[in-house]
Amino acid sequence: MSNPVLVSGGSVLCVQDLLSVGPLVPESFRRSGSGVALLVLVNMALSREPAAAAAANSLDSAVKQIQIEGLVVLKIIKHYQEEGQGSEVVQGVLLGLVVDDRLEITNCFPFPQHTEDDADFDEVHYQMEMMRSLRHVNIDHLHVGWYQSTFYGSFVSRALLDSQFSYQHAIEESVVLVYDPIKTAQGSLSLKAYRLTPKLMEICKEKDFSSEGLKKANVGFESMFEEVPIVIRNSHLISVFLWELEDKSTVAEKHELLGLSSGSYLEKSLQMLMDRVDDMSQDIVKYNNYSRSLSKQQQQKHQYIQRRQQENAQRQSRGEPPLPEEDLSKLFKPPQAPPRMDTLLIAGQINTYCQTVKEFTAQNLGKLFMAEALQGHGS
Amino acid sequence: MAVHGPVVKIHPVVLASIADSYERRNEGASRVIGTLLGTIDKHSVEVTNCFSVPHNESEDEVAVDMEFAKNMYELHKKVSPSEVIIGWYATGYDITEHSVLIHEYYSREAQNPIHLTVDTALQSNKMNIRAYVSAQMGVPGKTVGVMFTPLTVKYVYYDTERIGVDLLQRTRASPNRTNGLTSDLAQVGSAAGRIQEMLTTVLAYIEDVLSGKVMADNSVGRYLMDLVNKVPKIPAEDFESMLNSNINDLLMVTYLANLTQAQIALNEKLVVL
Repeated sequence: MSNPVLVSGGSVLCVQDLLSVGPLVPESFRRSGSGVALLVLVNMALSREPAAAAAANSLDSAVKQIQIEGLVVLKIIKHYQEEGQGSEVVQGVLLGLVVDDRLEITNCFPFPQHTEDDADFDEVHYQMEMMRSLRHVNIDHLHVGWYQSTFYGSFVSRALLDSQFSYQHAIEESVVLVYDPIKTAQGSLSLKAYRLTPKLMEICKEKDFSSEGLKKANVGFESMFEEVPIVIRNSHLISVFLWELEDKSTVAEKHELLGLSSGSYLEKSLQMLMDRVDDMSQDIVKYNNYSRSLSKQQQQKHQYIQRRQQENAQRQSRGEPPLPEEDLSKLFKPPQAPPRMDTLLIAGQINTYCQTVKEFTAQNLGKLFMAEALQGHGS
Repeated sequence: MAVHGPVVKIHPVVLASIADSYERRNEGASRVIGTLLGTIDKHSVEVTNCFSVPHNESEDEVAVDMEFAKNMYELHKKVSPSEVIIGWYATGYDITEHSVLIHEYYSREAQNPIHLTVDTALQSNKMNIRAYVSAQMGVPGKTVGVMFTPLTVKYVYYDTERIGVDLLQRTRASPNRTNGLTSDLAQVGSAAGRIQEMLTTVLAYIEDVLSGKVMADNSVGRYLMDLVNKVPKIPAEDFESMLNSNINDLLMVTYLANLTQAQIALNEKLVVL
């Protein structure tokens, strides 16, 4: 039964990963349904590892790795916890510096929300004031990016694209940190760093969002954003304080990571996925209509030209001057090409949803196997 | 040590900020001070944020940039309007006379300001984090002084903060104090590993008790009973059907997700044709 495991992959690394999940694995071979599940697990693990490694190696942008201070992580978590309830996004600015090909993020500050339509609230002013004050206390005041919280993973939007483009245009190495509080509450910190690929930057610069432009640049939804690996770093002093916390803290370690309930999270994610797929299908319908009307128009054009030629031939045979060539483009105005950028964004979003869902199911499958192992000894 | 006054609850963010601003202090400054922001309850004070304030300290005088403090507070209020100034912090072990002056200033801003000291120089081999509140003492009318009474300090977290702190704890283990964010299946794996460790410790304890090396403790025994009873006793077929149906659900969702991804990839290729 171990053959399927090895055959479906090529990488020895990943089989080792599986084996390290523990002695729980071989027991499942006995059950029928779980053999398939195991294959799926292997596939998922396999597809993730080389992809991640490939992504890290093929980053042809300025930043290969991001180093975040523990302080920044805590601040982002706190900001969301206090100010962002429900599906509002909270945003903030990241400060730090660039060292070689590493982007170090050393501090951050939050942005107030725009919910109160404060006419005299000036974002730029707030930012300037904040940076000036932080400079007084020797905090790095270089803007290196921004962060945003997301709701169930839905962050691929026009707004994000525009903001990140303007940031990346101004500062070569900037990134956007996406923090998923709901996934974090389930047990593991979910913080991802994204940048726009150079190809996408080109397109945004040209503002050419038509399908020819996209085809030219060969941008698919997978090559829109690139994920940069993150490393968390703490200074010695903070390590001391962490030791102290562990000593004095009376909060027991909760094991949300090992909770088995998957229903609500999965439901919500799938619902969002369905909405997006609906959007996508509408978009596809629009595009189909457009291409249909375009082809119809081409036909009409051909017919017109042919009729013209016939008439001209007739007139010539009758000795009359031929009709002037009319400006075809005025007669047959081509229909408006639908913007392809939205489709690309929706596709990217669907892709992200699918990834998150798959990650989640992989985790849950693992947990189910664990539960089975705990129960299995008795049964 | 009898303690009067409110309990001070600190979030880890505050301590991390203090440590960070201490590391970034100006040349020659021996300590850093700053404002504490938070919320006040009946019996407790919760400190949720802080920022450092530049100040100059010399033998006879101390100058604090009050303008700066006010400005920063205004800016912070825009983001979290519910936070108020509840006190101030200083790094260093002792409370000096300058502290008294600074404390006076802060008592103009807040009703009963808390003074927090964080010993970043680690004088007693530990980072002593203490909180004080001031009380008047002395002979009224003649020599009046101020006494700082200590308060209990507790650490509180939000749930998500707890998870963040757990992740940060893991950086202690690595030599250059770094830690990458692990992939999801690996996380479940490491959680399983931790549970295994805990189970081995418990088993070792039980062995010791059985062989008489350690005295049996009834309360621990009760906990163990609870633990064993927590694994639900379900007949095998029921459990298996439950497990299989759950697995099938998850597999179906994975299949759908893969299908959707294939679909959008196809769609893209078709459009680009």
